[in-house]
Amino acid sequence: MTRARGIVLTRVALIVGVIGVLELMCRLGVIKPLTMSSPSQMAFELANMIASGELTVPAAYTFAEVGAAFAVSIVAGGALGVLVHARPRLRRTLDPLLASWYAVPFFVFYPLLVALLGLNALPLIAIGVIFAAPAMMLSTLAGLDRVPRVMRNVARVHRLSRIQEVRFVILPSATPHLFTGFKLAFAYSFIGVIAGEFILSGGGLGYGIAYAFESFENQRMYALMLFVLLVATGVNGTLHVWDRRLRSRRGQT
Amino acid sequence: MTRLLDTIAIVAAILTIWLCLYAYAGEAAIAPPLRTLTFAVELFSRASFWNHVSATMTAFAIALTISGVLGVALGLLLGLRRFAGDVADPILSSLYTIPKVTLYPIMLLIFGLGMSAKVAFGVIHGMIPIMLFTIAAVKNIQPVLLRTALVLRLGPTKTALNVLAPAVTPEIITGLRVGFALTLLGVLIGEMFASQRGLGFLIINGMEVHDVRMMTTVTLLVVIFAIAANGLLLALDRRAHRFA
Repeated sequence: MTRARGIVLTRVALIVGVIGVLELMCRLGVIKPLTMSSPSQMAFELANMIASGELTVPAAYTFAEVGAAFAVSIVAGGALGVLVHARPRLRRTLDPLLASWYAVPFFVFYPLLVALLGLNALPLIAIGVIFAAPAMMLSTLAGLDRVPRVMRNVARVHRLSRIQEVRFVILPSATPHLFTGFKLAFAYSFIGVIAGEFILSGGGLGYGIAYAFESFENQRMYALMLFVLLVATGVNGTLHVWDRRLRSRRGQT
Repeated sequence: MTRLLDTIAIVAAILTIWLCLYAYAGEAAIAPPLRTLTFAVELFSRASFWNHVSATMTAFAIALTISGVLGVALGLLLGLRRFAGDVADPILSSLYTIPKVTLYPIMLLIFGLGMSAKVAFGVIHGMIPIMLFTIAAVKNIQPVLLRTALVLRLGPTKTALNVLAPAVTPEIITGLRVGFALTLLGVLIGEMFASQRGLGFLIINGMEVHDVRMMTTVTLLVVIFAIAANGLLLALDRRAHRFA
């Protein structure tokens, strides 16, 4: 226990130390204000932007897109996972495709998607889904693989209906993997949408950062970056803690 | 034989989707397969195209070398020092999941527009997964291997060469494969956002000047390169894991 606490304390000290050094270097002029604004300034500017309501519109736009991409990825990825799991032949055929999926730098498709779907939220959601859905599908497959055969047999012996089997047998075994899928799907949707906005779009947080960069509004840019990083680490951290709790509870029973 | 059939089936499916998209959106959005191929052949004979290819590949090669060397070295260090590794692991994992695209302006402000910004951006994408895989590889070494080394009274150099290296190599190769893909992604995004050269620039520029043929062709070439490279690395990866 003391070792675990030592690790956490060291980690916090490390993070605080890095931020402190950055702050100091900015204050002393080692890092020029043109290159980077100090962490305290970033936080101050961000607080200002939140208070003035300036952040509301782009943030809502981005979150709506991420939410849509996440929802579609979960549903489509999950459904595809179930479908493909039921057909081993299809699964074998798709295997090379899935193995090389994440090797393809998907953002090269983004201009194509803009040309196909128009310069609006759709190509952003699409790139999020292309990025996130396969992760969900792979996690669903992994989850279904982990349902012990004996459990399925027990379900048959007890003459459980299909719905009961899913509810009492399949879900409890597959949930940890499905949860990993959720975690990845969120991270990938977020990355996909923000990167798309950043490269080419008309609104949202990524666009805000790119726009501020091009018009030399460094303070604004760094405040927005801080916001994106805080949201990403916040949600990822929450999902991570939740996941650990889920796993440890399963480990105890 | 079935594998060959499977591959043909996948390629056929992709071509069908491609043709459907072309039928749906038309000339203004996407070029049809055959014309893309003929244009690719035409591109290969242009010197200016090879300039863009070499710009991307140079940045990519430098970035991959840096991410590989630094990633493996730091990963080994953090893996061997348990405490430092435990401190760093969650920080690295969360760095891995943040959208690093947003950090690109910082790279531009530090390194200026050009090669070094692209390289740096590729490195921040590729290095972290390589580190994470290396750390995991070192942590997961079976204790019995190390004890055997002790029993056989191997010196530190011999232990490292004959016991540690073979034990961690397969996982590090997996890490390098993931790092390869992400470094390429980083370099290309860098070129798409702010650059005057390289394949990423050609794609985004094709979109902006409505050169649909250029955009589609370069996209296809990048995808083929990525899949081919991944296939090779995957084969290497599987071999390494089989012998381990």
